Amino acid sequence: MTFLDYAPAPESRSILSLRSSYGLFIDGEFVDGHGDGFHTVSPANEEVLAEISTADGHDVDLAVQAARRAHDKVWSRMSGADRGKYLFRIARLVQERARELAVAESLDNGKPIKESRDVDVPLVAAWFFYYAGWADKLDYAGLGTAPRSLGVAAQVIPWNFPLLMLAWKIAPALAAGNTVVLKPAETTSLTALLFAEIVQQAGLPSGVVNIVTGAGETGRMLVNHPDIDKVAFTGSTAVGREIARSVAGTSKRVTLELGGKAANIVFDDAPIDQAIEGIVNGIFFNQGHVCCAGSRLLVQENVHEEVVDRLKSRLSTLRMGDPLDKNTDIGAINSAEQLQRIRELSDIGEAEGADRWTADCVIPDNGFWFAPTIFDNVSTSSRIAREEIFGPVLSVLTFRTPAEAIAKANNTPYGLSAGIWTDKGSRMLAVADKLRAGVIWANTFNRFDPASPFGGYKESGYGREGGRHGLTAYLAPQSAAAIVAPADTAGKTTRTKKGSAK
Amino acid sequence: MTRLAVPKTYKLFIGGAFPRSESGRTYEVLAANGDFLANAAKASRKDARDAVVAARKAVSGWSGATAYNRGQVLYRVAELLEGRRAQFVDEVQASEGLSGRDAEAQVDEAVDTWVWYAGWADKFVQVAGNANPVSGPFFNLSVPEPTGVVAVVAPQGALSLLGLVAVVAPALVTGNTVVAIADEQHPLSAISLTEVLATSDLPAGVVNVLTGSAAEIAPWLASHADVNALDLAGAAELDWVDLQIAAADTLKRVLPPDGRDVATRSLERIKAFTEMKTVWHTKSTL
Repeated sequence: MTFLDYAPAPESRSILSLRSSYGLFIDGEFVDGHGDGFHTVSPANEEVLAEISTADGHDVDLAVQAARRAHDKVWSRMSGADRGKYLFRIARLVQERARELAVAESLDNGKPIKESRDVDVPLVAAWFFYYAGWADKLDYAGLGTAPRSLGVAAQVIPWNFPLLMLAWKIAPALAAGNTVVLKPAETTSLTALLFAEIVQQAGLPSGVVNIVTGAGETGRMLVNHPDIDKVAFTGSTAVGREIARSVAGTSKRVTLELGGKAANIVFDDAPIDQAIEGIVNGIFFNQGHVCCAGSRLLVQENVHEEVVDRLKSRLSTLRMGDPLDKNTDIGAINSAEQLQRIRELSDIGEAEGADRWTADCVIPDNGFWFAPTIFDNVSTSSRIAREEIFGPVLSVLTFRTPAEAIAKANNTPYGLSAGIWTDKGSRMLAVADKLRAGVIWANTFNRFDPASPFGGYKESGYGREGGRHGLTAYLAPQSAAAIVAPADTAGKTTRTKKGSAK
Repeated sequence: MTRLAVPKTYKLFIGGAFPRSESGRTYEVLAANGDFLANAAKASRKDARDAVVAARKAVSGWSGATAYNRGQVLYRVAELLEGRRAQFVDEVQASEGLSGRDAEAQVDEAVDTWVWYAGWADKFVQVAGNANPVSGPFFNLSVPEPTGVVAVVAPQGALSLLGLVAVVAPALVTGNTVVAIADEQHPLSAISLTEVLATSDLPAGVVNVLTGSAAEIAPWLASHADVNALDLAGAAELDWVDLQIAAADTLKRVLPPDGRDVATRSLERIKAFTEMKTVWHTKSTL
């Protein structure tokens, strides 16, 4: 046994008792879906964990109706203080059941238990705790006094941070007085359904939170439902475009948190030890299944060799394997489909002339796995420098001057996040000003906090989640409801002279 | 003996210059009573694309200027508008067929609206942004930045000066650059406004104004990949849902036609064309 070998240290599954099948959560009750159910599997060994219902159009309609009733009759009329108390209860229940949720998340998603236990679930509790306090302080959100809730929110979330994305969506929506119908991703529905149990334990009024499971079609029916007032989506830019098209001409408010191809810029004076850890965290955290992942490393030419060498030796110490093992650094790829996409783009990277290096990891026999991989000498036009891979694959490019770094960093249709590593504060501030991205991490990466707004520029979507700005995405000013509504009376009063001169 | 007047040639305003439409097309602008006023340039797709190029080129300078500087430049626009008040009153009155009093009221309101928005330049960041108390050793700040190039369909059919001012000024305040389609029927005051802009220290390309058919030009701007946002204030009578759908391909920020009086001064109009940037600065351990 060398110093890199560790004895197995698996987290116990006994804290979690899964049912063999899960229904939809509508109007406070678990009910059977009317679509064909499907299995959710552990991506680490392809074990079937449970059977999940699929919501058809009728089920989606029932969920929206329940949310509408709950909004109009109960939730939007309740005092903010009481809404806040319910959210505080949820925060506490999440903390109480934290280990169980972490185990479920790692089983269903494939992420290492140390991430679900130390990052995802604590942030879920923090998110509810933060927004709980906002519920009776909406007058201070910046929209004037007595802002109003929007109504029923359709929320569609991805599989990379299943429970955390649920919290990002549900906490601000409820604090602002909206009710929700949430659709988790097909491959990671489990923790959302465990959350439904927490909603029951918290005694939340029926219909305030509804959860419908299924694939893309269920999400499409939900987003397109005519009685939805707000759409919040996190996922791919392709689906984001589809949603933006489908809501055109309606009064639905939309926030989209889409893809990214973040530049992580390392200057030659960067604190190198921290930078190496930050680069690793930036792209290999959660197997690179992170929309804001630092997938393009821009390193100053004179330290390029040193940085890449040190990265390789650091990556050689990462442990890939059982997500439930407390020593595991790199878990499983979430699905066979995603693994296929990562392989495909990596092969393209190689074909386009970049130098491929892959950490020497033992790949388990079952499940979906991809060893940490670096592509060096990547050209800006290469597909692995332009497209979101959403996996543990880092593309390395170089630059000589700050201006070149900025130009390369911004040379993407995305604009979600970016990183800057330098010891020089004035340069860091100047570069941060020039980067067209919604979240910038200086001498750190992949930090998240409920008080901090998150969201993108350009084709990474619009709207913010987190902080005061995330709250306002679920509110309308009392007096100016029409600013977002396409009014059929638009222009009528100012149009009396139209045509008189023709 | 009466003096023979010297009429003005009305052209487009692109990149700080006054070109004719590359298409060579013009259209007749008539007064409310049917009299001929002028031939306005009828902008083409090529003109719209040229305007976007000019607007893009101007983004870094204008958004990089200090807020105080932007505020002063915009305030100077109001000063020059005021100085040419009589001309704008005449133009608005002749074109829209308003009473003298109504025309004066519109021009005065346009000037005052410029002044109101100009004053926001160095305050909006304070009102819209804030520090965030995150859990950890970080100085975390959220600050609004301009979205980039904003394409605007100005209000159509009335308020030919005030309507344009009310949609262009809020986009400019934070550092966006603008390609605006003027009131198709009453474009003359818009072109006169560009003469004010051209002489008011506003850098070339920050505002570009196209005259012609909004229905013809707007789709090219809505689908243009280098336009970041679309203000459909004056598009209520166009197929604006199609414009919004076209804009979705590049995930533009879209402000649909507004049911309220578009001339209402609004912080929301400024906010609509900004992006919130959040920076996490690591604090060292002492």
